[in-house]
Amino acid sequence: MTQPNRLDGGQIDRTRKLKFSWNGTFYSGYHGDTLASALLANGQRLVGRSFKYHRPRGIFSAGSEEPNALVQLRTGAAQEPNTRATTIELFDGLKATSQNHRGSLEYDLMAANDLLSPFLSAGFYYKTFMWPKAFWEQFYEPVIRASAGLGRLSMEPDPDVYDHGYLHCDLLIIGAGPAGLTAALTAARAGLRVILADEDFTPGGRLNAETYAVDDQPGATWAAAVTAELQAMDNVRLMTRTTVYGAYDHGVYGALERKTDHLANANGKPRQVLWRLYTKRALLTAGSTERSIAFGNNDRPGVMLAGAVRTYVNRFGVAPGKKVAIFTNNDDGLRTADDLRAKGVDITRIIDARQGDNVVNTVGRKGLHTVYLNGGRHVEADCLAVSGGWSPNVHLTCHHRGRPVWNEQIAGFTPGKDLPPGMVVAGAANGAMTLAAAIRQAHEAAQSIAAGLGKTVRDTAPKASDETFDTAPFWHVAESKTRAWVDLQNDVTTKDIKQSHQEGFRSVEHLKRYTTLGMATDQGKTANILGLALMAEAQGKSIQDTGTTIFRPPYNPVAIGAFAGRARGKDFRPTRLTPSHRWAEENGADFVETGMWLRAQWFKQPGEKGWRDSVDREAAMVRKSVGICDVTTLGKIDIQGRDAAEFLNRIYANAFLKLPVGKVRYGLMLREDGICYDDGTTARLAENHFVMTTTTANAVTVFRNMEFARQCLWPDLDVHLISTTDAWAQFGVAGPNARALLSKVVDDLDLSNDAFPFMACTDCTVFGGTPARLFRISFSGELAYEVAVPARYGDAMIRALMEVGQEFDAVPYGTEALGVLRIEKGHAAGNELNGQTTAQMLGLGGMVSKKKDSIGSKLSERPALNGDDDMRLVGFKPVDKTIGLTAGAHFLSPGDPEDMAHDQGWMTSVAYSPELGHSIGLGYLKRGQDRLGEQIRSYSPVRGGNTMVEVCSPHHIDPEGHRQRG
Amino acid sequence: MIINHPLLGPRDAAEFTVLGDASLLHRPDGMTATMDDMHDYAYLRDNPAGLHRELWYHEQGDRSWLVVTRNTLTHDVENVELARDVARTEGRSK
Repeated sequence: MTQPNRLDGGQIDRTRKLKFSWNGTFYSGYHGDTLASALLANGQRLVGRSFKYHRPRGIFSAGSEEPNALVQLRTGAAQEPNTRATTIELFDGLKATSQNHRGSLEYDLMAANDLLSPFLSAGFYYKTFMWPKAFWEQFYEPVIRASAGLGRLSMEPDPDVYDHGYLHCDLLIIGAGPAGLTAALTAARAGLRVILADEDFTPGGRLNAETYAVDDQPGATWAAAVTAELQAMDNVRLMTRTTVYGAYDHGVYGALERKTDHLANANGKPRQVLWRLYTKRALLTAGSTERSIAFGNNDRPGVMLAGAVRTYVNRFGVAPGKKVAIFTNNDDGLRTADDLRAKGVDITRIIDARQGDNVVNTVGRKGLHTVYLNGGRHVEADCLAVSGGWSPNVHLTCHHRGRPVWNEQIAGFTPGKDLPPGMVVAGAANGAMTLAAAIRQAHEAAQSIAAGLGKTVRDTAPKASDETFDTAPFWHVAESKTRAWVDLQNDVTTKDIKQSHQEGFRSVEHLKRYTTLGMATDQGKTANILGLALMAEAQGKSIQDTGTTIFRPPYNPVAIGAFAGRARGKDFRPTRLTPSHRWAEENGADFVETGMWLRAQWFKQPGEKGWRDSVDREAAMVRKSVGICDVTTLGKIDIQGRDAAEFLNRIYANAFLKLPVGKVRYGLMLREDGICYDDGTTARLAENHFVMTTTTANAVTVFRNMEFARQCLWPDLDVHLISTTDAWAQFGVAGPNARALLSKVVDDLDLSNDAFPFMACTDCTVFGGTPARLFRISFSGELAYEVAVPARYGDAMIRALMEVGQEFDAVPYGTEALGVLRIEKGHAAGNELNGQTTAQMLGLGGMVSKKKDSIGSKLSERPALNGDDDMRLVGFKPVDKTIGLTAGAHFLSPGDPEDMAHDQGWMTSVAYSPELGHSIGLGYLKRGQDRLGEQIRSYSPVRGGNTMVEVCSPHHIDPEGHRQRG
Repeated sequence: MIINHPLLGPRDAAEFTVLGDASLLHRPDGMTATMDDMHDYAYLRDNPAGLHRELWYHEQGDRSWLVVTRNTLTHDVENVELARDVARTEGRSK
């Protein structure tokens, strides 16, 4: 377990040796390593295969911009594909494997694609898989799908925990390099509440990778000292391992903090936290990213960005090669030679494009060994450090559609004028490409921001000197005859860009989509500028005129699990339990989700084989004796005020002004377009006090719309609303023995038909003093009541009701029996109120009062909604009583063809009626009211039903309503 | 987005439900309006690129309906008022 490429020095802790496995082989590294630096220390140059051509690839960068070294991390359910080896902190026991190859990494069977590359250029898929058409589904798509993508998902649920968090600050500083640290110190000294966020696990940015001095100390030492000072300040929150990935409206930023990714075992702690940061100001000090140069075979393992080579040497004490050549167009690249020589690494040649020297080709399939120069020269090298210049990280400045501006002097885009409000940019991200300039700019920015927020500070900027910085734009080596890569991750070459131009895909947005330049996990951080420059050259335009694609969040990939946070599985949304839930669980209830509620749908008794046994028994017992149903989930709205009656009169389509105190009325609600959207009952408990019920599904919407009407339409009506759905436990008690049962429940109240008739209501007490409300309303068509008690008594209430009910063989019934009873009675429910239903269709056209204005009444009068040929709610029963009806079936006259031209309506609800002994249905039929007794065909091509049915009244049971009034 | 609630101060937009064009305040009286008036009220909305007066409901908060004047191009919120106050100012009463 020696590390052959390990050098002296670096910011690693050699006392903490870590063991890790790569493709099944064990290696060692040190605390402070990334997986990439540890692999390089162990001489592992080949780490992956490219996306399209399956070319051997090595580590290219030392940060989150990495296009090549994507690996699968961890195993089992925790396996994560496409993680960047350059950002993974090494931990003891880390397991990683390479991806995107069939067979081993060394001998990838898919590498044959590389030989086919003349055919696989941009647009290959669009042009090739056109014909024969039938081949697409059976052949092309399966093959393409099998070879698409990079890593593999575990296909198991993510075992990790993710959290969401919210933070507020005066100033968010994005990036803790020399500029960010300088600004944080100044802003914090001024007394601002500062959040300083950085992707890396060690603050310092390039100071950790270079050999600069700040305040006469080595840069990394200075960064560590400033970090310690900031950590000691109460008004600073230093967030390492945190990527600020998006700039949103009004100073809100999104950030992902990797909490336990660097640990072998999270021990139940959240893996990552997705932060929403509320900021008064933001300072972007995100630095810059180095880019490559396009020359022949510039993608081989061993070809690496020059800045990354310095990072590995200086920060990690790792030599990326034993014989290093350097190819650069700027002074920064030259510094690589000094740093490497200082560590005793052999520099075989410096190739400076500004002096006319170029690399035209490289050799070494699984690892570079020879570099060919122009003029027929060649040089041995196992590592080629390339610098095509540095591009400011302007991404977040563009998240509000700001456009960056091309800066000739630095050959890069710098932030434009349209920054997200509150954002300031400083340092390399703002084009200040030298150390002293970046520090000076950040210091000034922090002082200015502090002043803008009413704080002053007198401190001086840290001392640093400006290194030489000279660059000459140089994009590609024209003499190269072989393929030259622009985007390593997507295998986009210079040829693809020329082809895109030739074929007319010239806008940068078209270029991106046609060639896939700048897509996928790295979003072209090292490739975009090069691609744009080549397109500009092909078009004979400037880079400014060619422009960039639009940068959007996220800056770096964010796992979907982090966005989901805790909202997954049963915690996806809250679950609302009815007051009788525990009792129902104890009594064999099977539950169904209705909105967020869990409602009992039936109560299984011993010996019952299927749900129908339970439902038939419950429905029959309601009609025979008495049943009890928890109806708490219906929306309840308490309405009070001097104008409450007038208000209701405008909300409901039917009249409410003259509803007497102590009475309940059915109400129908329309949308403003005249379509029915909700119904329910409203009770008048006192002159200025009403209680409304809504359907379970619409409780929230109805309340919202009533608040709208109250505040926006009639602001001076004296009326107040409060939702009391959760405040009252309400139980339906239905059946011939309902009165007898309730007489033993309600205190001192005459329940006789004369004293408390159908549609009566009152405040009362139950079981010796518990406050309650009693309503004589019926959804089942039986003699029925609903009794409400404050929710805290709900559990006791159901237990007491059932105990008293034993004498009458009272049964609890669930939503299924409730449905059977209402279909038998012909009451409309959600199936009938489907957003297209008019009052006339329900047979309630006469209820819509024309003597008053109410929501929707005017537009309900439109002729198209009131034709003679309209659908009407009617009942159906099978001609052959042994056959079950089919919901969703359409009605056709016998002999008519099965097409929409002959469609006469549809079945909305069906149930087996234990009372009648056969299946029954409700549905809409053209002129249904005039067709009672007619036989018609019920046809469902989807469910296979094809039945003759007889049209009947929707009131299958007790059409005159004797039972509910009895 | 952040909406500066006139009573509660700055609140995250996630607490609100948006309805849209504040022209919905101007509901005609159904007893006197023509069918065309009512049709236009129910169906026609402006969708400007720029300043737009919108109705927002603080559903996860104090249940106030607000009129938010917002630039649809930049999401800048220029003004936030209680819809009830706006309705009264614009002539609505009982």
